[in-house]
Amino acid sequence: MPDSTPSQPAATPKIRLRGVRKSFGPKHVLNGVDLDVGTGESLVIIGGSGTGKSVLLKCILGLLEPDGGRIEIDGEDTTHLRPRDRERVMRKFGMLFQGGALFDSLQVWENVAFGLIQGERMGRREAKDIALRKLAQVGLGKEVAELFPAELSGGMQKRVSLARSIATEPEIIFFDEPTTGLDPIMSDVINDLIVKCVRDLGATAVSITHDMASARKIADRIAMIHQGRIVWQGHASEIDRSGNAMVDQFVHGRADGPIQMEILHP
Amino acid sequence: MTFVAATGRAFLVLLEATGALAIFTASALSHSVRPPFYPRLILRQMVDIGYYSLPVVGLTALFTGMVLALQSYTGFARFQAEGAIATVVVLSVTRELGPVLGGLMVAGRIGAAMAAEIGTMRVTEQVDALTTLSTNPFKYLVAPRLIAGLTMLPLLVLVADVIGVFGGFLIGVYRLDFNPASYISRTWEYLEAVDVISGLVKAAVFGFLIALMGCYHGYRSRGGAQGVGTATTNSVVSASVLILVTNYLITGIFFSTK
Repeated sequence: MPDSTPSQPAATPKIRLRGVRKSFGPKHVLNGVDLDVGTGESLVIIGGSGTGKSVLLKCILGLLEPDGGRIEIDGEDTTHLRPRDRERVMRKFGMLFQGGALFDSLQVWENVAFGLIQGERMGRREAKDIALRKLAQVGLGKEVAELFPAELSGGMQKRVSLARSIATEPEIIFFDEPTTGLDPIMSDVINDLIVKCVRDLGATAVSITHDMASARKIADRIAMIHQGRIVWQGHASEIDRSGNAMVDQFVHGRADGPIQMEILHP
Repeated sequence: MTFVAATGRAFLVLLEATGALAIFTASALSHSVRPPFYPRLILRQMVDIGYYSLPVVGLTALFTGMVLALQSYTGFARFQAEGAIATVVVLSVTRELGPVLGGLMVAGRIGAAMAAEIGTMRVTEQVDALTTLSTNPFKYLVAPRLIAGLTMLPLLVLVADVIGVFGGFLIGVYRLDFNPASYISRTWEYLEAVDVISGLVKAAVFGFLIALMGCYHGYRSRGGAQGVGTATTNSVVSASVLILVTNYLITGIFFSTK
């Protein structure tokens, strides 16, 4: 994957966040997030549960509207788009949801082809051919295509979901906890597939995870979010010598350190 | 002071809910009349609402007509007014009982299913997935249900009207020994177009409300299985209440001068 220097991106970054804030009632989830993601780069955002990772992703996607700050995609401010422009920007995105989020009333191939048939108005036969090719890319055969999502194992559902997220060949793909709930071997299979798919498409990737093995594998660059702020970012190879106590604590999974979980001790 | 605070809070919650529902309704309506449309989904919802609700609505109408005939006979016989039974049955069924009981049965059957389905899609992020696949959830999920509810319930109620009148006829002829021909002619004698039309207008409004409540509560459900359960309950209760209230209002509009 292409290298990029975090401090000085070559051209306009694919995604640029400046001072993004989001609150739910009295709870401040994002407290001014600044982040750049270069074209073709794979950024992994790490952080504990409830630190705002998912909310950040949904703000970039436009599923949630931030309370303040700017989110730019290809230099275009997307925080207050009209529906038609929002749809145009949405076509650049693909998303792998944490639970797969496959449509359970549709067959596997219809799930994969959904963005082609509904979003791009492609004919069903042509879309099915593409869906079968995408399924093959994630290691699933024709016999799976006619099944319903409920008939698949968790790992297979994740792979179908991955095939769906790359079917429309998006410019930017988001991965929400891609390995959560999978065994270590299947996790590694998914990680390999993500790396391969993103490279084949030449897409920009933003993933959120708390699985360090996954982060090391798929990241060009890693950013750590804590209490709604980016507390550290750097090249993936620098993660073990970040010089940041919070990153060290997270990478090594220690209960003691600067990050204190809110647990009442009896 | 706490009483005032509690009252104020309840009022604010009510305002918030009303506003949210108004925005949802406006958005749903505007998406229902603009392309893209999804004919396959509309058709599927129509079959679900119109065809598969026939047994339960028909059964309700049949027994309603039968019990109406039986009850009015026990009352009217005391005044030698048995001749009015056919009229009472047909007017009650077409004006009120067909649409209201049919609406309530469909609210339990369809409104709950809509809330559960959309609610589950919401909590498993399938609604978000629709958006990321360049498909508007309002157009894909809500509009077909609203259109199907609005168009199918009048048809259902029309069938229910016929079955209900037939139920009264069965009791009148086989239990109360009316002459079949005179029962039928008495049925037609005082029936006016407005009786049936008012019932069908009610049915269309009820169908819209049932679908709206199912979609609205499903769309807003949060927090897993419990959230979906709450959404399902709320959709049935709110649809039922709305049916009873709007029924009174529409009756007032149609028959206020009489």
